[in-house]
Amino acid sequence: MKAVCYYGKEDVRVETVPDPEILNPRDAIVRVTATAICGSDLHIYGGYIPTMLKGDVLGHEFMGEVVEVGPETRRLKVGDRVVVPFTIACGQCYFCKEQLWSLCDNSNPNAWVAEKLYGYSGSGLFGYSHMYGGYAGGQAEYVRVPFADVGPLPVPDSLRDEQVLFLSDIFPTGFMAAENCQIKPGDTVAVWGCGPVGQFAIQSAFLLGAERVIAIDRFPERLALASSFSRAEVLDYSRVDVPQALREMTGGEGPDACIDAVGLESHGTTLDAWYDRAKTSMYLATDRPHALRQAITACRKGGTVSIPGVYGGWLDKFPLGAAFAKGLTLKMGQTHMHRYMPRLLDHIERGDIDPSFIITHRVALDDAPEMYRTFRQKQDSCIKVVMKPGVETRATA
Amino acid sequence: MATAVVAYGLSRRSLSGAALAAAAAPLAYRGVTGAWPGFSTRASDTRVALAGHRGIHVREAIRLEVPVEFAYGFWRRLENLPRFMTHLQAVTDLGDGRSHWVADGPGGSAFAWDADIINDIENKLIGWRSIAGSDIATAGSVRFSPARQGRSTQVSVNLQYAAPGGRAARLLAFAFGHDPAHMIREDLRRVKQLLEAGEIARAAKGAEA
Repeated sequence: MKAVCYYGKEDVRVETVPDPEILNPRDAIVRVTATAICGSDLHIYGGYIPTMLKGDVLGHEFMGEVVEVGPETRRLKVGDRVVVPFTIACGQCYFCKEQLWSLCDNSNPNAWVAEKLYGYSGSGLFGYSHMYGGYAGGQAEYVRVPFADVGPLPVPDSLRDEQVLFLSDIFPTGFMAAENCQIKPGDTVAVWGCGPVGQFAIQSAFLLGAERVIAIDRFPERLALASSFSRAEVLDYSRVDVPQALREMTGGEGPDACIDAVGLESHGTTLDAWYDRAKTSMYLATDRPHALRQAITACRKGGTVSIPGVYGGWLDKFPLGAAFAKGLTLKMGQTHMHRYMPRLLDHIERGDIDPSFIITHRVALDDAPEMYRTFRQKQDSCIKVVMKPGVETRATA
Repeated sequence: MATAVVAYGLSRRSLSGAALAAAAAPLAYRGVTGAWPGFSTRASDTRVALAGHRGIHVREAIRLEVPVEFAYGFWRRLENLPRFMTHLQAVTDLGDGRSHWVADGPGGSAFAWDADIINDIENKLIGWRSIAGSDIATAGSVRFSPARQGRSTQVSVNLQYAAPGGRAARLLAFAFGHDPAHMIREDLRRVKQLLEAGEIARAAKGAEA
């Protein structure tokens, strides 16, 4: 089959690889009908994620049709149309039972690697390094899905692929980011980063009762989308002093909650951002937490900082003193996908939201190398790339 | 750290057999097999080989989301052990508490020993040791204690290995690699996956871990 494979920093290729097989009794094989490139795939593309190997199949946002099931798979049937969560969960361990699905104990065969780095390991992930299990990803024609009765969510035929595909990661991720803000009616939420997760965080904050959302980015098309589609007030950090602007917009109090939807590759124009760039380029630091520093500093006293953006290592110049002094709550982590998917599918079915609003590029799987470049460079107003493995001809929309 | 323990254990054994025969307090051995105070243990060369701080000691624990009866019952059927202890080829229950163990050796070979269960308290403890004259002197215990109000089981493994001669030392080094604690931890992770999720996670064909 055809698959998008990692070959090194800024080097992905479409290769022919062996078709996946049922390996465990609770597996299923899914024929992928739609898959997307995630902002967190760009962390891999940029060489920030350790334990990636040449030839690894990428991709953790995908959906498709079940074509084969293992002997212990009972709920899912061949022919079912499903969206697959990017986190792999067994459904039986302490963490799954506690609804902490992304912390599943039993889905990462290489948990010991993550344990060396983090103390304990999170769940296995599709297409996201050997530290997270080494599972082949979904930017491919077929994919093996472990614990098929637990993760994949059947979707009704009345909804198009593009409307439900983002239930695989970014919609629940944006939603959990907003839920973590513990929003009360009348609250103001500030969101750093207006990429796909930021856009869904903005939408979700309003769904959960926020009165105002202030969105921060520097790309005009992203700010425009946040403003026009999601009714957010927007700040271009390349033009305004963000902390100062937030103070003014909130009567000197600061936002009730701040969401860092940027993560470890944050850009910035202030001194600390250049310091991060210099240190990471010399391998003296692992992450560039400029947005997170700003979110912590800007947040009002007693507020919440919610972090859906991915971090991987040890953060430098982390303003824990400010977080402590203001009594902030920090909430973070990989999304507990299974907790949110059915509820968000309801929102889509009821017409509260059509997640396809973020798609800017619709292409064939063969276009992946070019699209990774385009997405990383933010060229061509690229916000979200959807690839259709069944489609042979280029059909850029 | 664990590598250092192996190196230490092996170097101790290479000194001489006489060193192994030296008398030492059997406290560590008693702790390993889980023998209750007053439990009568027969003197044997296993006991001597593992006396004091000789050999390799591994202590690891894991919590399983199954009731204690289930965990104990699974473990007590010794035939189940190779399902998650990948260095074992087979364990056969010979009856009367005796069992026959076959493990992977170097170059695709295998080596074997017999063991006796010397302590068996239902839903609490299984303790064993290899019989006199085995290539490998081994003793161990697995304790089962209820956790989280009985919904979970805490399993604590205590293992001790020693090999009195050159060949056995090589087998031992092979069987436990460079890091016996790591190997036991991975065994425990696999039993957790097996008992909770019903299968052992793997990402690729042929890969068990």
